[in-house]
Amino acid sequence: MNTIIKILYINWPLQILIFATALFGFLMLYSVSGGSWEPWTKPQINRFFVSFFLIFLMSIISISFWRKISLFSYFLGLALLIAVYFYGDTGMGAKRWLDLKIIKLQPSEAFKISLVMALAYYYHKLPVDKVSHPFYVLVPLLLILIPAFIVFRQPDLGTALVIIMIGIFVMFIAGVHFGYFLFGGLSFFTLLIILFYSRGTEWQLIKDYHFKRIDTFLDPSVDPLGSGYHITQSKIALGSGGLFGRGYMQGSQSQLNFLPEKHTDFIFTTLAEEFGFFGTIGLLIIYSLMVAFCIFSALGTTDKYSRLLITGLCMTFFTYFSINIAMVMGLLPVVGIPLPLVSYGGSSMIVIMLSFGLIQSAHVHRNNRF
Amino acid sequence: MSRFKETTLKSKLSKRIHRRIVLAGLLKASAVTLLGWNIRKLQIEDSEDYKLLADANRVNLRLIPPSRGLIFDRLGTPIASNEQNYKVVFIREQTNEPDRVLKKLSNIIDLDQKRQNKILQDMEKRSSFIPITIAENLTWSDFARISVNLPSLPGIIPEVGLTRHYKEYESYAHVIGYVGPISEKDLGSETPVDPVLQIPKFQIGKVGVEKKMEKHLRGSAGVSRVEVNASGRVMRELNRTQGRSGENIHLTIDTNLQKFTSERLRGMSASSVLMDVSSGDILSLVSTPSYNPNNFVLGISQSNWNTLLNDVRKPLLNKATSGAYPPGSTFKMIVAAAALELGLIGLNDKIFCSGFYELGSRKFHCWRKGGHGKLTLQEAIQKSCDVYFYEIARKVGVKKIGAMATELGLGQSYNLPLTGVSKGFVPTKKWKKQRFGTSWLVGDTLNVGIGQGYSLATPLQLAVMTARLASGKKVTPNLIRNVDTEQGDPKTLSIRKETLAAIRKGMFDVLNEKEGTAFNFRSTDESFSIAGKTGTSQVRRITREEREEGVIKNEDLPWKMRDHALFTCFAPYKDPKYALSVVVEHGGSGSKVAAPIARDIMLFQIYGGIPPIKAYPEKQQATVRNRLLNIAEKIDLKPIINPNI
Repeated sequence: MNTIIKILYINWPLQILIFATALFGFLMLYSVSGGSWEPWTKPQINRFFVSFFLIFLMSIISISFWRKISLFSYFLGLALLIAVYFYGDTGMGAKRWLDLKIIKLQPSEAFKISLVMALAYYYHKLPVDKVSHPFYVLVPLLLILIPAFIVFRQPDLGTALVIIMIGIFVMFIAGVHFGYFLFGGLSFFTLLIILFYSRGTEWQLIKDYHFKRIDTFLDPSVDPLGSGYHITQSKIALGSGGLFGRGYMQGSQSQLNFLPEKHTDFIFTTLAEEFGFFGTIGLLIIYSLMVAFCIFSALGTTDKYSRLLITGLCMTFFTYFSINIAMVMGLLPVVGIPLPLVSYGGSSMIVIMLSFGLIQSAHVHRNNRF
Repeated sequence: MSRFKETTLKSKLSKRIHRRIVLAGLLKASAVTLLGWNIRKLQIEDSEDYKLLADANRVNLRLIPPSRGLIFDRLGTPIASNEQNYKVVFIREQTNEPDRVLKKLSNIIDLDQKRQNKILQDMEKRSSFIPITIAENLTWSDFARISVNLPSLPGIIPEVGLTRHYKEYESYAHVIGYVGPISEKDLGSETPVDPVLQIPKFQIGKVGVEKKMEKHLRGSAGVSRVEVNASGRVMRELNRTQGRSGENIHLTIDTNLQKFTSERLRGMSASSVLMDVSSGDILSLVSTPSYNPNNFVLGISQSNWNTLLNDVRKPLLNKATSGAYPPGSTFKMIVAAAALELGLIGLNDKIFCSGFYELGSRKFHCWRKGGHGKLTLQEAIQKSCDVYFYEIARKVGVKKIGAMATELGLGQSYNLPLTGVSKGFVPTKKWKKQRFGTSWLVGDTLNVGIGQGYSLATPLQLAVMTARLASGKKVTPNLIRNVDTEQGDPKTLSIRKETLAAIRKGMFDVLNEKEGTAFNFRSTDESFSIAGKTGTSQVRRITREEREEGVIKNEDLPWKMRDHALFTCFAPYKDPKYALSVVVEHGGSGSKVAAPIARDIMLFQIYGGIPPIKAYPEKQQATVRNRLLNIAEKIDLKPIINPNI
């Protein structure tokens, strides 16, 4: 009935850009596997088309439905986080994965959506005069910090920080008084200083390898064959791409395995090496346009839940690609964050497609059109 | 709260949200700009630097070892060659069960459990695609069996490499030396460092000709530029420059003579040098006992090494050039030549030998207790009378004796590609003062006069001395034929012809006159008669008491205390072609021990093979015949010259 019309109301430019980015991804995966559909390209394509269809499905479901399940989704996410803490698969010294037989899920990734939904729902329901009330500021803070702490204990410092960042961002958009952020910012820096002072003491707050990553981030030459190796090789790949790149499947760095995680977190470097400056800026522009379309969509709706949901999820997407690109260029320490829609991996693909499903649903149902 | 107020608040908040979304958007835009700016810096500004780094990552230079130059003997027979070395290597990544593959392999070749475990351990430590050598120097049949069974041996790869191989190793060990894997020490002495030395386990010459001619033999490395991946695995070859293989070297040595000499000296701690008197070409240079240099090529075992090192007869030492001995009576020609040149004695002047020579209260004895009676110089050489030479040595003085010794080739080293060459020693008054702080005594001169005391000579120097006496030319020895060829004719000695003739006649009489010290060991073939001089050098001091009671016979002394037996000769007497020296360490008397050996070797050279039995005195023919046949069989040489032997 309404379905066809709803489909027409979808944010088509955004949808096309998603498709375009994914194509970039297939191209790169085909290249890093040495010109082969296996082992990465084919599963990635299958995954993409299934989840692409999911976006359409989600966008025709009313936004009020999504709003209603916000809190449920939050607590489900929290439960999964706790479950992974106790039953999760250990990989690379951290428990991050939950094997649900059908899919290997990384609950900390999926939780980013749940958090944005819950916070949007919270501010949607909160009377406007209580937004900056200290108690009502404390509640969302707890909603953010409790799961962040669990993720931090997995241990996954990077994701924990991203979760906090996204949560605080939603609170900022929701209109909480500016003073809180000023205060929060100052406390954060104080904490940072304490963190560095704790190094080597009994009450050291983070693990040694975190410190080591920060060290090599600050100066990759400290450990050129250890942790710094990734960054050095990755910068070589990026830089050697030049203006036009070395040509598709011609990148020596990626084709010869000098790059770490070349099909996942470091896939941007292959793109940079093989397509050069035009390729990287092209992808950056596509990502920026996607963010811009989301922002316009948020500004174009009056529904508070929708606004907060779109900006929050858009922020999640933004953190993915900006942190990933900054990381491979050596601007940020190496944290396990994939390049959205391009990196190989089911978990991040599902999470990103789910967020776009929600964004599209909010877009389609803006101003209570239906 | 009134409805109005709420609406105002709501719209106020809504505006704030609107503002903040825009603000956040702007922040994101600036973040993206920052990223873009950084990408620009990396990919445009610094791109060239990174391109270089990427190439440095990607391209590796692999050195291709050159094949080492071969060493041939005078007739073109290869002595040191590069033999195919059949080996098997194992690449772990090609199988899931390396232990089972090894077990299977152990059914084909000898590979005990201990060795298997060691291989498995080694493999753990290295990347799985790096081949590990499992066995080397396999026989062809083992190699073939492995090749046939390859389908059931995943990961096993048969390979053929090149290893240095010394064919006539026993007789040639001291001349050729050996190669071995390069060590840190070798690298240190080499400037600038040849890139080829970076090849792991590259073999370089360690001793002898292999070491001294290293520059010629080594050649230069080829280079293969290969593309490698991050773990060092070669992906493909980009290009290749061929190296240059080492130069071949031709020695002056005659393998048959070398083998014969070596076999003749078997069982003794001895050495011998035979050279051409006009060209100086060394035709044989042998030291016994010998060792197997092939053991050093792939690394010698500690126990083998210790055995060689602790042997009292020093198999590792090249005694022909590194052993310096008191020359004994072989030195007498030098004293005689000096005296004749100075006109201190005439050819017919006679000196009386009573068995000893008195110098103050000290008695200097002749080897013959009763003395020789009246002697001319020629007779003194023939009978090797000590008293005669005490007398003339005293007249000549140590300085002139030394000058003559130097003129005849002692106390100096020659430009030979051998390691550990000794210069020998010619003493001077000044040297004794510096060394011991005491003045030179007349007694010292007397001792030098009979080749005892401080003077030392190597067997090579004795051969050179004899060659110079025989040819009248200042010949210098050489060992290599093709490198540094033209040396020009050697200068004539500054010794008068008459002097040389008299000395040669004296030497002729040593073997060919009844009372000559080596009369028993003459050649009876008159066209090929040998002239020589015996020498017996003491390694211990004979006390007065012992002399009175009778000097202990060599056979009754411990080996280390026995005299060195020396003999030096040239032949044929009428037209000298070859000079030869033989030194048998602690062998006893020069006339009894060294002279018969020298005769066999010299006759072998003159006849170009096992000499005919008629060249020997009739009484000795039976024993000689047996001895020669025995040697001929051992060195696999048919008695070629005379079917009657």
